Amino acid sequence: MYEIVVAINVGIFVVLAMSINIITGYAGQPTLGHAAFFGIGAYTSAVLSSTFGLSFWVSFPLAGIIAGLVGMLLGLASLRVQEDFLAITTIGINFVVVAIFQYVPLFGASLGLSVPRPTFFGQDFGNVHFLVLVVGLILFTYFVNRRLENSWLGMALGGIRNNEMAAAALGIDVNKFKIIAFILGTFLAGLAGSVYAHFMGFIMSTDFAFLTSVTILSMAVIGGLGTIRGPIFGALLLGLAPEVFRFVSDYRMLVYGGLLVLMMRFQSQGLVGDDSYLWNMITRKKSWFSASTKG
Amino acid sequence: MFLQQLINGIVIGSVYALTAMGATLVYGIMRILDINNAGAYALGAYVGLLTYNTTGSLLLTFIVGMLLTGLYGVLVQKLLYVPMLDKSPNVSLIASIGLFIFLSDLIRMVAGPSIKGFHAEVPFSSIYTDSLNINGAWILIIVTTFLLLAVLWFLLNKTKIGLAWKATAQDLETAKAMGVNVNMMVALNYLLGYGFAAAAGIMVGILYSSVFPTMGDVPAYKMLAIIVLGGLGSPVGTVIAAMVIGLAETLIGGYIGFFLPRDAIAFVVLIIILLFRPRGLISKN
Repeated sequence: MYEIVVAINVGIFVVLAMSINIITGYAGQPTLGHAAFFGIGAYTSAVLSSTFGLSFWVSFPLAGIIAGLVGMLLGLASLRVQEDFLAITTIGINFVVVAIFQYVPLFGASLGLSVPRPTFFGQDFGNVHFLVLVVGLILFTYFVNRRLENSWLGMALGGIRNNEMAAAALGIDVNKFKIIAFILGTFLAGLAGSVYAHFMGFIMSTDFAFLTSVTILSMAVIGGLGTIRGPIFGALLLGLAPEVFRFVSDYRMLVYGGLLVLMMRFQSQGLVGDDSYLWNMITRKKSWFSASTKG
Repeated sequence: MFLQQLINGIVIGSVYALTAMGATLVYGIMRILDINNAGAYALGAYVGLLTYNTTGSLLLTFIVGMLLTGLYGVLVQKLLYVPMLDKSPNVSLIASIGLFIFLSDLIRMVAGPSIKGFHAEVPFSSIYTDSLNINGAWILIIVTTFLLLAVLWFLLNKTKIGLAWKATAQDLETAKAMGVNVNMMVALNYLLGYGFAAAAGIMVGILYSSVFPTMGDVPAYKMLAIIVLGGLGSPVGTVIAAMVIGLAETLIGGYIGFFLPRDAIAFVVLIIILLFRPRGLISKN
């Protein structure tokens, strides 16, 4: 069914938007190269299962771990290279990683790589199985985000985002928390990449290009960075937009670019971010409702 | 052979310097990474081509292209970037990416998706010897870049406008308190910045005898590598970084035969240098 295919694709981007939220939303570190880690996960899983014949259930966690390890390196670099310099470095990493996929024969070079379908107790994965897997991954990512928000770690990360120096002065080990955020965010992106590779059955370097990074960050920002509902909402909105705007498919990029500009100009906190017009309306209604039931 | 590669590198470096200078000027005052500068590059090339095809004058091509694109910049800063100044840097960055996507697609719709020829008569004749091969368009690029950078240097270092620019770049609020017309400075900044990007676009159009809607894509990210390498906001650093990247691309590509594509070299150089000098080649502090 076509709806299931769309749902899986959008679901993968929900995971990606929630994973970038850990790095950019909670820890406040700019990342414009998230698609690189999505790609590292996808290619790791593809090479392990198609070239080395490993089962999906082995290559899936390994994809996350490898992406997380590379993410840790970026986290270490972020201690030295900061703010706008870091933003551009992440763009650079995206371009270099894509170039490596495109030119190294192990990664299929410009021909791309075909990826086998996973099996589950001898049975080939169907689309419904993938949907279950994606929903599971979304729940897991949601759980990680939730834990982060409510824990000491989340408070520490919030401190880093708002004022790094003040957080350090309060005895928060800023460096450690930044690196943890990078590891978690890129690990989840790597898992999403593995699912993507096996679901699509064929991957190319261009799937993970800079524009994909822009899309992921835009989803999180348009929904509302630093909240859990924001990235989910943004990913659903932008993910479904190509389906909804099919009638303007010829002007798709024009509409997309224009929407980004208008959003940033008038609702930069995100559509359902804290203190956004829509969210204020929803929460006001709720408090009015609960007040009236109490009275 | 080496001399030839060196000249290639300088020509490419000159184009990069002009493209990135606009973004550097904008960053210097606004502290935003304006990717739409690459949109100005493509827009300038198209306006330039239109002017050249109607008037046939190369001088007018540059003047009209730079002026109209510069005015577009003034409009954009007024309507979009200035109201965003107090927001997080992510906001203006994404807005500029959105505007760049929008503009590229608008150009595609208005001018058509196909490559258009830009066959300009260059007032310099080519030089051909046994070992050296210098195209007339290359001479045009080096001369124009030198002229524009000289004008910019004079403007920044020898005039009151330059003093006001530096004051605004250092501290916008204080400059305002001291009576600098900050709104005017920001507008002028965009006029110059987008004008420079337009000049670069026209030159590349003439160099490759063609323009196309997505021609800003590669400059968009390479320009970022260069302004960051140059120390973000430093005009001198930008010129140095542009030459470093231009030469690295031609020399590494020409001699070592790097296994990665040419356009990735800029970022490999950037990442390596930033790890040693995290605030760029010329840093302010």
